[in-house]
Amino acid sequence: MSFKPVFLGTDIVLCAMLLVLLAYAWRVVVDANLRATWEKVFRDPTAFGAAIVLTMFAGVAAVDSVHFRRALPAAAGAAAGAAVAYEPRTESLLDLVLARQLATREVGYSRPLAYEGFSKIPVVRDGESVRIFPRLAFGGAHLTDPEAQWAGDVEMRAAIGLASGTVVALLAVLASALAIRRSHGGVAAALRDIAGDRTHLPLRAALLTFGVICLLAGPVVALMQEYHVFGTDRTGNDVFYQSLKSVRTAFVIGTLATVATLPFAIAFGVLAGYFRGWVDEVIQYLYTTLSSVPNVLLIAACVLMVQVYLDQHSEMFETGSERADVKIFLLCIILGVTGWATLCRLIRGETLKLRELEFVQAAAAFGVRPLRIMSRHIVPNVMHLVLITTVLGFSDLILYEAVLTYVGVGVDPSMNSFGGMINLARSQMSENPVVWWSFVAAFAFMVALVLAANLFADGVRDAFDPRARSFRPRLRRAAMS
Amino acid sequence: MLNYLVRRVAYGALILIGVNLFTFFLFFNVNTPDDMARLNIGGKRVTQAQIDKWKAERGYDRPLYWNEKKSGVAKATDTVLWQRSISLFALDFGRSDSGRSVDIGHEIKTRMWVSLQLAVPVFILQVIASTSFALLLVFFRHSRIDFWGVVLCVLMLSISSLFYIIVGQFFFSRMLHLVPISGYVGGLDAIKFLLMPIGLSLLARLGSEARLYRAMFLEEIGKDYVRTARAKGLPEAVVLFRHVLKNALIPIITSAGAYLPYVFLGSLVFESFFGIPGLGAFVIEAITGQDFAIVRSMVFLGAVLYIASYIVIDLAYTWADPRVRLA
Repeated sequence: MSFKPVFLGTDIVLCAMLLVLLAYAWRVVVDANLRATWEKVFRDPTAFGAAIVLTMFAGVAAVDSVHFRRALPAAAGAAAGAAVAYEPRTESLLDLVLARQLATREVGYSRPLAYEGFSKIPVVRDGESVRIFPRLAFGGAHLTDPEAQWAGDVEMRAAIGLASGTVVALLAVLASALAIRRSHGGVAAALRDIAGDRTHLPLRAALLTFGVICLLAGPVVALMQEYHVFGTDRTGNDVFYQSLKSVRTAFVIGTLATVATLPFAIAFGVLAGYFRGWVDEVIQYLYTTLSSVPNVLLIAACVLMVQVYLDQHSEMFETGSERADVKIFLLCIILGVTGWATLCRLIRGETLKLRELEFVQAAAAFGVRPLRIMSRHIVPNVMHLVLITTVLGFSDLILYEAVLTYVGVGVDPSMNSFGGMINLARSQMSENPVVWWSFVAAFAFMVALVLAANLFADGVRDAFDPRARSFRPRLRRAAMS
Repeated sequence: MLNYLVRRVAYGALILIGVNLFTFFLFFNVNTPDDMARLNIGGKRVTQAQIDKWKAERGYDRPLYWNEKKSGVAKATDTVLWQRSISLFALDFGRSDSGRSVDIGHEIKTRMWVSLQLAVPVFILQVIASTSFALLLVFFRHSRIDFWGVVLCVLMLSISSLFYIIVGQFFFSRMLHLVPISGYVGGLDAIKFLLMPIGLSLLARLGSEARLYRAMFLEEIGKDYVRTARAKGLPEAVVLFRHVLKNALIPIITSAGAYLPYVFLGSLVFESFFGIPGLGAFVIEAITGQDFAIVRSMVFLGAVLYIASYIVIDLAYTWADPRVRLA
């Protein structure tokens, strides 16, 4: 079976960002100062645990970012050299993993793990019309006598899942013990030190986090082979599938939109701070003007304009997902163009301080040109601000996406996103009886993602900006024991 | 002081010109008036005559920036840019683009009061609630109450405000039937409808605000005057509530003031979820109906309010801290 890789705009940018991240990781390994600071981040148990959760989500987003289109089977009687036609649907690797969830579409609502539909339908039985709950076409379809078998089957699958989750978690514990056995004098001692939290990095917290993820994921994987773990929505789509697909949208918005602010914020901030005078005045005027418009309104105005433009140039896109992708891409750019004021202000302030310091003065005295001073001496020294703002902005943007999508200026409705799920959940919650599972699934995924991002961001901020206000509570040693 | 005010207002006017130019470019250059006309008239076959009529009705039939046909000053003044800008600066918002063609100024005047009914209590109660929660945490700092309080804050700020609204509507209206699920009436009965949105929007922002305030209070507590106060033998409560609270007012004003523009514009999401016919709901209706005249007016109004509220904040600084002199 042949296929054609599809490179959506956001895929390329995500991939580029991954490469930049790897390059940065290499720098961290090489540079002793940076390594020490990052070690500080990871020595914080909360931040380390949050990083693991974030990595899991990032993995899902990455797998979902490899897109391709399958070739259609050649038409009968087509010439051998005829061009291969491709399916109009763009799939990702995640769709392959979740092929069953994608294929098993029911006719309507069904509860999590259900084997029958959510609402009764009339059927004719023995010449009489009765209203019964219909069996689902796929969920629990392997059960011959569901009423008797269902509970046992679900329990058995959940138990298998839990067991395999435990095995994976234990393997991870073992692997980390093996990795640190040198410095701790043998595997057994290493295990004891992990359990007693006496390791250099807080491995216990990290492994506990990983263990919880395994214990949650195990049963889900085991159950999703035959059931809809989080039920199905109005049109019978698997809610679990939607939640996983939404993770990528959240990541795209969270990362791309902050990255889009960086060129403006860094360039303008450094220029304003370094040159002062009229350059500073103009740049200050620019960002005051931008920030004087309420953000949602500004974004809404821009998105509306883009929408009208796209509607009138619909011939530009080959597939629906390309169109949706361009829309989310432009949304990120808009978020970037409208959102650089805060970071720019910070960088300007920092540059004003830096330019008076001796090393900058010395460089100027040696006749180094301004552009070079800025790129060599000032930009590297404001990077911690950039990093902190990027990490802090990530979770805010994920929350913002939900609001924007609700307002109607967010991502394309055809694209799975948390905002879209909440929007649907809102109408489902008012049905009778309540359809709660979409809501709960969106809530669980979103809170896990945003909470992890927030906790990680706090760790990064504490490590990189020791002068900043600390938001973390510290117990006195006595209170902890 | 007067000197300062005049300068601030002049700079504000300069910014408004910038905002106006920017929105004009966005709304008239990215999509030409012809596109707008086609969109608003709707339908597949739109004749040029219809478009011209639509444009003439709204005064969009002039050139955008420069009228070559006219002579003298009219070259600049007889353009869409000039006409729209002048009317905006006079706060005459004109009529909306959509079919119903409502009078925007009139709508804003009537809806503003509804918005204020929701937003003013939220604004005031927010400062009170966040300050008291933060002070509570600071009072019990380095203890379990503080620790779990901050954990609660982080959890609360990780939850989208949409979740608060949906859960709140579900429990208080559907399960307990305490308050109506949404809607609005004028007069005193409005309290019934406003109670839940006010409560929920307090809750939705409590996490982030209280955490920020807590950090600000802790910063103040490390200062010398606090040590002096303690050395005098003042009880901790007096130190906190009399000395620290007063000195932390400046950062509180800054952070609370950032929400001031939204007080007038209303909370977009809360108003539309609860069916409260304020300015926020007006904007959302305009966005979903693709009514650009309304969006443009609201962007301008938002900028005006932003500038006004920043002047108010500066004045509040002088009140909170006599050392601050506006010059």
